[in-house]
Amino acid sequence: MSMILNQVRRGYFLDSVALMRISRTVAGLDGVEEAALMMGSPSNLGIMCDADLLDEVGRAAAGGDLILAVRAADQAAGEAALAKASDLLERRPSAAGTGNTWRSKTLRSAVKHLPGANLALISVPGDFAAAEARKALRAGLHAMIFSDNVSIKDELDLKQEARAAGLLVMGPDCGTAIIGGVPLAFANVVPRGDIGIIGASGTGIQEISCLIAQAGGGVSHAIGVGGRDLKAEIGGITTLMAIDALACDPATRHVVLISKPPAAEVARRVLERIGASPKSYTVCFIGAEELDLPANARAASTLKAAALDAMQINALLGTVHTVTVPDARAGSIQGLFCGGTLAAEAQVIFRAAGLAVASNAPIPGIEPLAGSTALHRLIDLGEDEYTAGRPHPMIEPAVRDDVLAETLRDPDVAVVLLDVVIGLGADEDPAGHVAREVAGRGAGGPIVIASVTGTDGDPQGRLAQIEKLRAAGIHVAASNADAAELAVACIGAGA
Amino acid sequence: MMPPMMSMADDAIDNLFSAPPKLVNVGLESFAEELTAQGVEVVQVDWSPPARGDARLADLLSKLSW
Amino acid sequence: MSDLVNKIAGANEEAVRRMLAADPVLIDVIPANEAIPELKPGMILHAGPPVDWERMCGPMRGAIAGIAVFEGWADDLADAEAKAAAGAFDFHPNHHFSAVGPMTGMTTISQPVMVVENRTFGNRAYCTINEGLGKVMRFGGNDAEVLDRLRWLRDGLGPAIGAALREMGGVPLKAVVARGLTMGDEMHQRNVGCSGLMLRAISPALARTAADTQELARALAFIGGNDQFFLNIAMALGKAMMDPVRDIEGSTVVTAMSRNGTDFGIRVSGTGDQWFTAPVEMPEGLYFPGYTDADANPDMGDSTIVETIGLGGFAMAAAPAVAGFVGAGSASEAANFTHAMAEIALGENPEWTIPALDYQGVPTGIDVRLVVETGVAPTINTGIAHREPGVGQVGAGVVKAPLGCFEQALVALAERMGVA
Repeated sequence: MSMILNQVRRGYFLDSVALMRISRTVAGLDGVEEAALMMGSPSNLGIMCDADLLDEVGRAAAGGDLILAVRAADQAAGEAALAKASDLLERRPSAAGTGNTWRSKTLRSAVKHLPGANLALISVPGDFAAAEARKALRAGLHAMIFSDNVSIKDELDLKQEARAAGLLVMGPDCGTAIIGGVPLAFANVVPRGDIGIIGASGTGIQEISCLIAQAGGGVSHAIGVGGRDLKAEIGGITTLMAIDALACDPATRHVVLISKPPAAEVARRVLERIGASPKSYTVCFIGAEELDLPANARAASTLKAAALDAMQINALLGTVHTVTVPDARAGSIQGLFCGGTLAAEAQVIFRAAGLAVASNAPIPGIEPLAGSTALHRLIDLGEDEYTAGRPHPMIEPAVRDDVLAETLRDPDVAVVLLDVVIGLGADEDPAGHVAREVAGRGAGGPIVIASVTGTDGDPQGRLAQIEKLRAAGIHVAASNADAAELAVACIGAGA
Repeated sequence: MMPPMMSMADDAIDNLFSAPPKLVNVGLESFAEELTAQGVEVVQVDWSPPARGDARLADLLSKLSW
Repeated sequence: MSDLVNKIAGANEEAVRRMLAADPVLIDVIPANEAIPELKPGMILHAGPPVDWERMCGPMRGAIAGIAVFEGWADDLADAEAKAAAGAFDFHPNHHFSAVGPMTGMTTISQPVMVVENRTFGNRAYCTINEGLGKVMRFGGNDAEVLDRLRWLRDGLGPAIGAALREMGGVPLKAVVARGLTMGDEMHQRNVGCSGLMLRAISPALARTAADTQELARALAFIGGNDQFFLNIAMALGKAMMDPVRDIEGSTVVTAMSRNGTDFGIRVSGTGDQWFTAPVEMPEGLYFPGYTDADANPDMGDSTIVETIGLGGFAMAAAPAVAGFVGAGSASEAANFTHAMAEIALGENPEWTIPALDYQGVPTGIDVRLVVETGVAPTINTGIAHREPGVGQVGAGVVKAPLGCFEQALVALAERMGVA
């Protein structure tokens, strides 16, 4: 008869990644059915309740409290698990106790300790992110808001206040930026060069900046504007500021703008502002075909096309992985993506090839997942339904492991399509995770195709990651777009 | 209403673009660790939810603080 | 920023300005009823926020019984307690009458009180003379030895110090504190440097005004033998500094912190004389041989006025020796206490600097909003009294101000400013 044991630590905060790691260790202990360490926010309480992990102790926790929750086969196993969890918490170097280094408790006091601070990188839980961003703006700092689950009203208020103060708000849900040559949050080590990037998408910025690097070019700045900046409610405030900023930037010669297709009025305003800029532009509204562009801009409907256009080349040179098309198969293609824009790019290519495909984050012309009978599926595992209460799959690849394992076992699946995103902020060995799952499946099974978004300058090393994938029998394409095209070719369609 | 292209945005953004940024990191420690490893100046905030997570007090705080 | 926030910012700037502009001078020692005309027979001022007999802790009751006998309002201790229980005495906080007192903080009509004048604003604050260590009234002592000493303070030492101070024109105190900080004092638990400086400052005038050398010798020996002599002066200094900061509309700065052994109370500038109280917390620290935390009295005294002005626990970085008392703390971690207090203070005091922190000024101007936001409570360096009256000090350590006081204050401020 399993039993639930909870412990609550009042006012004890630890970031979600650290908590996830401890949770996984505890969940793996003998006799433990499930375990979670989470902050007591209402949404987390809901998740833990649904997972049958809470008793009255845990249910009484408040938002600033840490809940240790365990469901175990018996009392002894449960207590041992809680003890282990406590031990792992204790063993973390405590914030205020390490030697003589004092860690500021607020942004206000941190700014006192770093005169000249000009950018706040905010990745606290979404409920608190807007308040922190407001503090940053009041202190005269630009704000990069990595957090998502910030209300659109807060986003608008923040961006209006920032604009009036001449400050940039990158985000919310801004996973990637490169400022002054420094990769921020989830970004890659790319050479400095004269191509600027403005992106509403993190992985979109990553893929394009890496392809530019692969083609021998470099990036001046990559400004993330957040996933909703180009919605009608926000009106492209940060995008417009970024266009203006890069217009005056001597280090930038050409700019790539990446986004999902914006609302018509916002698109018009953005394109008009681009037209007024002295720089040349590549405009990549993913999947959009017909655009009314100013004279200094060219269109590209995929990330790869945008990179090639920016570099004014026809093909990616110097790629070491020429991939032969494996024998065609019957069956479905299942794409499991960590990067939302990489999933979108794959959809563009599948749509152009006339394949019947559905997605949980569909672009125009692609069916939504719910109720779809389409054979092929392209899933964005970074979407809310997969990330509520859990780290993003790019931070914690284990989140994709289970789905991948299940898909590899499915006899109706002919091809599995994956993105592997490396760089700063990513796991130390994303390819290793994927390779282990794939190698462990035994003989037969689907063709597995992947691409590695990254550079050789990244800590994981792009070449090393590619080798791990290939050693597991995975076909590695030169880019995400190439991987999608290869998958299409394997099904025998699109030829 | 068309805001001018060269606006007062210039100073603060100019300052942001012209040199490696100096950061205050509020949240995931791994971001600060990676920045430090790159030689970027960053201060980590030992953040915890305002008012220890009490939503009502946090709301009053926000009205009295900004 | 909203208009309200601007208003609060302006009010707080004014509050800190007034704190830093203070010019406290120890000018005299006079009987309490000359300093505080409202004092009359049967009226007893105590430390902390208001409290009645039923809720008072052991040492507080012991002190009240003792002072009642001392003043002749009861025949003996038992009679005094009975009278107290029957409501014969009129209890008030020291704070309500421009006074402060350590631990039990007894202030009654004939007690000698030191007078500190804040020359910038003209206000005065009062505190009795520190009795020394061991069996003393501030720890609830009330036997013949205690009362005899009080008589000598009233009839001998008090007038002697008063005469000396008047003769020499008083002792400016800001500079004494500044020097003390460079000598390892924090002015709450550790005053040995400042006590020595005071003795040096007043002994020539004491000699000039002494009635005879016996009395002079006794005075010098008493002051010289009391490492904590300066504590009461620091407390009066704190009260004198903070009283002009009261009642600034819109200010969220804490103007008083105090405890009576049962409740911890704070006052905030923008909410006037309202006390925000919560049960006191138990101190954490080290105990003298033979004692444990089972012997400890809950936190008590007006001495937290010292933390209110940025000293004591706030200046711990200046006093590594005190850090050794702080539970698991080591001398090198003393600085972290000051860093923590800087998180909840609006600024620093450029005249009171800490050499070990590269002359950073002590954190000044406790902001209720910062306390609630960070959950960092003011940290107080305190002596720990025995829970039985009259035994005395059994240890030393730190205690935190209860966050509940600051949360209540925040709500009251919000209501007052119409945003609750």
